This record gives sequence, C-alpha cells and structure tokens, in this order.
Amino acid sequence: MKKLLIRRLVAAIIVLLLASVLVFALSRMSGDPRHLFLSEYTTDEQWEQWGRDFGLDKPYYEQYFRWLSGAVLLDFDISVKEQIPATTVVIRKIPNTLQLAAGAYVFALLVGIPLGILSSILRGTFLDLFARGFALLGQAMPGFWLGIMLILMFAVRLEWLPAGGKDDLRSLILPSITLGWFAAAALLRLTRSAMLEILDSEFVKLARAKGASQMTVIIKHAFRNAIIVPLTFAGVFLSALLTGAVVTETVFGWPGLGRLALQSVFGTDFPVISAIVMFATAGYLGMNLLVDILYGVLDPRIRQS
Amino acid sequence: MATNTNTTVGSVNAPRVVRDSRNPLRLAWHILRRYPILPAFIVAVLVIAAVFAPWLAQHDPLVGKLRDQDRPPIWQEKSPISGKEPLWDYPLGTDPLGRDMLSRIIWGARYSMLIASVVLISGAIGGTILGLIAGYFGGIYDEVLMRMVDLTLGVPFILVALATVVVFGSSMVLIIALLILFSWSGFARQVRAETLRLKASDYVALAVVAGASAGRIISKHVLPGVVNTVLVIASLNIGQLILTEATLSFLGVGIPKPRPAWGSMVAEGRDYIDTSYWMALFPGLAIFAVVFAMNFLGDWIRDRLDPRLRQL
Repeated sequence: MKKLLIRRLVAAIIVLLLASVLVFALSRMSGDPRHLFLSEYTTDEQWEQWGRDFGLDKPYYEQYFRWLSGAVLLDFDISVKEQIPATTVVIRKIPNTLQLAAGAYVFALLVGIPLGILSSILRGTFLDLFARGFALLGQAMPGFWLGIMLILMFAVRLEWLPAGGKDDLRSLILPSITLGWFAAAALLRLTRSAMLEILDSEFVKLARAKGASQMTVIIKHAFRNAIIVPLTFAGVFLSALLTGAVVTETVFGWPGLGRLALQSVFGTDFPVISAIVMFATAGYLGMNLLVDILYGVLDPRIRQS
Repeated sequence: MATNTNTTVGSVNAPRVVRDSRNPLRLAWHILRRYPILPAFIVAVLVIAAVFAPWLAQHDPLVGKLRDQDRPPIWQEKSPISGKEPLWDYPLGTDPLGRDMLSRIIWGARYSMLIASVVLISGAIGGTILGLIAGYFGGIYDEVLMRMVDLTLGVPFILVALATVVVFGSSMVLIIALLILFSWSGFARQVRAETLRLKASDYVALAVVAGASAGRIISKHVLPGVVNTVLVIASLNIGQLILTEATLSFLGVGIPKPRPAWGSMVAEGRDYIDTSYWMALFPGLAIFAVVFAMNFLGDWIRDRLDPRLRQL
C-alpha cells in the first residue's frame, strides 16, 4: 500500500510538471508577454529593461525554469487585468466556486443516493423507471442549456428564484442543480449498480436465509457495502467540476473560478490562466491521491493488495 | 389474459417475460423495452439531416431576412416582444437575425456529425495503436503513455482548449485537433488493459514460441481481441464528445461563426430568453435528443458486445 502510494505520488508530480510545460508553452506562444503589460507609449529602453527584468532575453528553457521556480512557490506573476499577483486573484474566487461545488455535491448526494437505492430495491417498478429517466436526462442535457432552461422556468416564468448573481442562499439553488444534475445522474447509476450487485451476493443471501427482514438486509448489509460509492465518485466529480463551473458560472453570472477562467482567457490574462490550470490540476491529482488513501482505510481488501 | 393475474409488478426478482404475446400493447411494450427503437429513430433522423442538409433545409442557414426576425414557432400566437405572427415558412421560428431555426438546426446536425465522426475515428485509431504498443511492449512505452493519459485526465481540458483557441484563432481544424487530443486517452487506457490481459494468454505465448514477430502477434492475435472494446468505448464516448463540442461552441470557441452550431445557437438565444424562448430551447433540445440517443445506444451496444465493461 505504501509503495503504491509513493508510486502514485511520483506519477502525480510528473503529470504536474507536464502540465506546467504545456501551460508555459501556451503562454509564450500567445506572443511576447511585454505586449500585454506595456502600452504603446513605452520607450525602447523601458522595453529592453522589462525584457532583462523578466529574463525574456534568455533561452526558453531558462525562462521556463524561472517561471517554474516561481510557480512552485505559488508565484504566477502579476495579473494583467488586475495588476495584483495572479495567485491572489485566483484564491479570492476559490471560496465561491467551492460553495457552488458543495451545493452541487449535496444535491447529487441527496438525489442520487436515495434514488439509486430505491431503484435497486424496487427494480422494474415505475420508480425505477423514473430514476433511470432522471439519470438519462442528467447525462444527456448540456449544462449550459439546462441552466438557461431553469432560468426560463423558475426565474422568468414563475419568478420564484433569482436568475443569476450571488446574494443569499436562494441564488445558490439553480446553479447547484445545473452543476449537480450530471453528478446526481452518475451517482445514481453507480449506487444502483453497486446495490444490485451486493443484493445478489452470497452474504446477503445468507442474511436473508437467516430470516433477516428486508429493512435489515438493506440497511445493515447492503448499504454499508455500497457506502464506498460516493467516495469513488468524489474523484469523478472533481474532474468534471471545473468544466462544469466554467459553464454554470457563465450562465448564472456566479463570481467564481470558472467565470474568472473564461474572462481571463478572453482577456489573454495568461498569469491567471496558468494559475487556474495549475491549481485545478494539482487539486484533481491531490484529490485522487486522497481517495486512494481513503479506499485503503475503508476497504481492507484493497490495503492488502 | 388469464395468465397475468397473480403477478405483483414490483416483486424483486420476478422474471420479465412476455406473458401474452397475443396482446398487441404488451408486445409493443416488450419490444420497446428490449430494443432501442426511439434512440435508433433519433439517430436515423440525425444522420438523414446531416447527409441531406442542403436539400432538407428550406432556408439559407447563414442569411436571414430582417423582416422576419423574431418569428415565434407556429403553435404560438405571436412573439411577446415584437408581436410578430408565426409563419408556416418558419415552423420553429426565427432567430434575432431572421434566420430560420429549423434550417440552422438541420445544418447544425451536419457540423455536429462531421466533427464527431472525424474525431471519434481518429481518436479510436490513435488511442488503439498507442494502447497496443504500451500494453504489449510495456516498460518505458507504458510509463510514457500512462503519464500522457494522466495528463489528459488531470488538466482541465476546457480551459486548455479555450486558451489554445484564443492563441491560435478559431478554426475547424483546430477544434477537431483539440477534441482528438481529448478523446484518444479513453481508448488507449482500456486497450492497454485488454492487451495486458491477452498478452498473458496461452495462444499469444504459443505464437511467440512459434517465432511470430511482435508486429504479427499484435495485429493477428491481440488486435482482434480488442476490437469489441474499442467499438464499445466509441459508442459510449460519442455522446460525451458531442456535448463537449457543443460546450466549446457555446463558450464561443467551437465551430467558428457564422456556421450554425447547436452550442453557439443556444448562446445566441440566451440573451432573448425572457421574451423569445424558442431561440435557446430548440437547439438545446437537439443536443439533448442526440446525446440521449447516443448514450442509450452506447449502453445497449455495450451490454451486447462486452458486458464486462459495465463499470465504464
């Protein structure tokens, strides 16, 4: 287990380095960074001075190592738009996106798990059909369109909820559903198939043979073993989170990381883009490592292998 | 009819069989449950729309008549903002530039299908080759490949795609290239795993003993064993691919304007959502229907070709 984790850690660091090369290459391909920072009234001396200060006269690999040594210390240079460190710009938006992600995850858990369990026990009934329909919808609706349709329904027509922005808890509802429906669908399917497999297993048959009630079987035997599903799922959720956040936050004008990312891309604010990509990649890899560790804690069978 | 009296519909392990094939309703329901009729129909409509777009579309998808802007769909009395009445010429209404929604959706099917098929075929071939090499030769090839796969999974694709398009400018070729980079890794990972499994089999060992070259073993003994897997992954991925392309188009970096892409049509309609809902509703509905059908067919194909891949 320990050896496996070290291997994973090394692999994660390699991936992070590859990502950094990618990001750096993209930012340099966008042109001389001086064009972003300096105005057309800059004198040639100032232009050269900037080049020397930022090491732009050095070969690319030296520039890369300079950039990387900054990135390791979370220094991604100054945001072009805000003129403060890009890291600060990004970190300020993280709580908002985490709030949205939490809302979406809670929605996914509240809907996905109960529906998944019910549809596995009541297999073939109307409820099962409904649950699977719900899952099919979630996996096929484009997030941006779902968001717009929710706005049309609940903000424009019914006027129950705000159409966008971030004020009180009510403004969190529609974005959470938009971001969370896909996740709820995936969670539902995972829970359902895990439960079906467990309900068909030997130890459940034994419990039934011993005369345990349906309730006991489901709660004590089946669900306990299906509890690992939301955990596996956390990794999947995280990998789709940023993409979902870009779309959801754009549709609802939610002041988070996703909207910042889109604005920075269109404003060619490469320090901010680099920071977001690196943070997101590190977050994804870190979360997957954590899930691996938790697996070992929760499931003794994995610890031994 | 006497046969189906005593059955509780919800009992857990009740075998689901056609109890009375003479009852046409029951038989229809049985067929509908067993075969993906509806999804197959949707895909058929899509393919026909894509192939015959120039003949099916009644209007130019790029040029609108300003006189006809903001026409509602035919079942609506009039547009709430401009008060214009619907015309049979525009069954699904028109967009803010007076272009026919239906014609644009039909042409959108063509672009969607074009991109999806090019990307899927290239991604499948590339991913399969890399997966075969990594799985068969192992060692450094395997390490390099797996790290590349990790990279495509770990890096937020949409952001990298956005940045790339901003740097290089939006074009069809670039969007296809980006989507290929996004889609190959799923194939590579699964093919590699399958190759590892097949490599350990006796018939491969015998082929090695018989003196077959690596190339021959891979193409004659391993490749046929992974074809099913590749087909299943392709059918499962196509929906996701269409969604991703639509998302990029929605964000303004997908299929370059003014070409009609469903994603960018939703984006254009978004600004008019409080008055002219149809501009965002119908293109989105098209995306939804196609992705739904593709996902459903993908599941169905998987269950038939390779039930082992259920967890995918």
